Amino acid sequence: MDLVFYIASALAVVAALLAVTRAEAAHALVWLVASLLATAAVLFTLGAPFVAAMEVILYAGAVMVLFVFVVMMLDVARPRETNRRLANPRVWLGPATLCAALLILLVFVLSRATGEAGDVTPADVMEITPKRIGVTLFTHYLLAVELAGMLLLAALVGAVHLGRQLRREGRRV
Amino acid sequence: MNILSVVSGHHGLAVAAALFAVGLLGVLTRRNLLFVLLSLEIMLNAAGLAFVAAGALWGQADGQIMFLFILATAAAETAIGLTLLLIVFREKRNLNSDAIADVPHVSSRGVKSNHPFEGDKPVANSQ
Repeated sequence: MDLVFYIASALAVVAALLAVTRAEAAHALVWLVASLLATAAVLFTLGAPFVAAMEVILYAGAVMVLFVFVVMMLDVARPRETNRRLANPRVWLGPATLCAALLILLVFVLSRATGEAGDVTPADVMEITPKRIGVTLFTHYLLAVELAGMLLLAALVGAVHLGRQLRREGRRV
Repeated sequence: MNILSVVSGHHGLAVAAALFAVGLLGVLTRRNLLFVLLSLEIMLNAAGLAFVAAGALWGQADGQIMFLFILATAAAETAIGLTLLLIVFREKRNLNSDAIADVPHVSSRGVKSNHPFEGDKPVANSQ
């Protein structure tokens, strides 16, 4: 399983590097999603399955959707061009190949799984179960959870306030 | 086998450092604000990965809990940052950080002024 760790981390770094150096924002986003998926595989091999799932659902899912929406809003003046650009296979072939490599890794891991503890993570890395995280989170870190909730509420109110101004101006234009 | 685990954990920290360096490179070299936010996202993710790798080294759940908090912070930061980015785009039709160095301040009353703090001045006859 060490091999899985090294391959996934190499893919993550390469994809992040490509994401940062792209000229088009939409291309960079596709590479970044691939990088985050590879990072999730790295987290999985580090014995953190819960966090790996969170990475896929929240980072590669929710946060990246925010970015995609903003790119769509910035490109709203020329949707045809954007569509034609994204239909070009050169744009998505690279990230798709990378994700296919991750899929092969996943199938490899699943085919080796025996259902015993430590069959997916390296035998020597201790896997930390979601139960342990939950128990620690809601006893030891309860105050921090409340504070994180307040932070998200503040972000929500702030985004709505700034967005109201945006919508008012949009109506005028 | 035990030595291997330490190596693997340290290699996790090395991967986190490499990802962080990539994100830092993006923040320092890109002018497009969208790419700066995107690189910040990579950096936050790398910091979280470092926490999880350290947690795996010690066999503690705390590292993963820190990752969850970083996730919440990153989500809040992204929401506000992208909204501000859209406002900047409305104002300037441009996302280059050099071009918006003199972005006018828009006060809550919708009065535009070129001074960054003028909009926050108390109105003279309000009392």
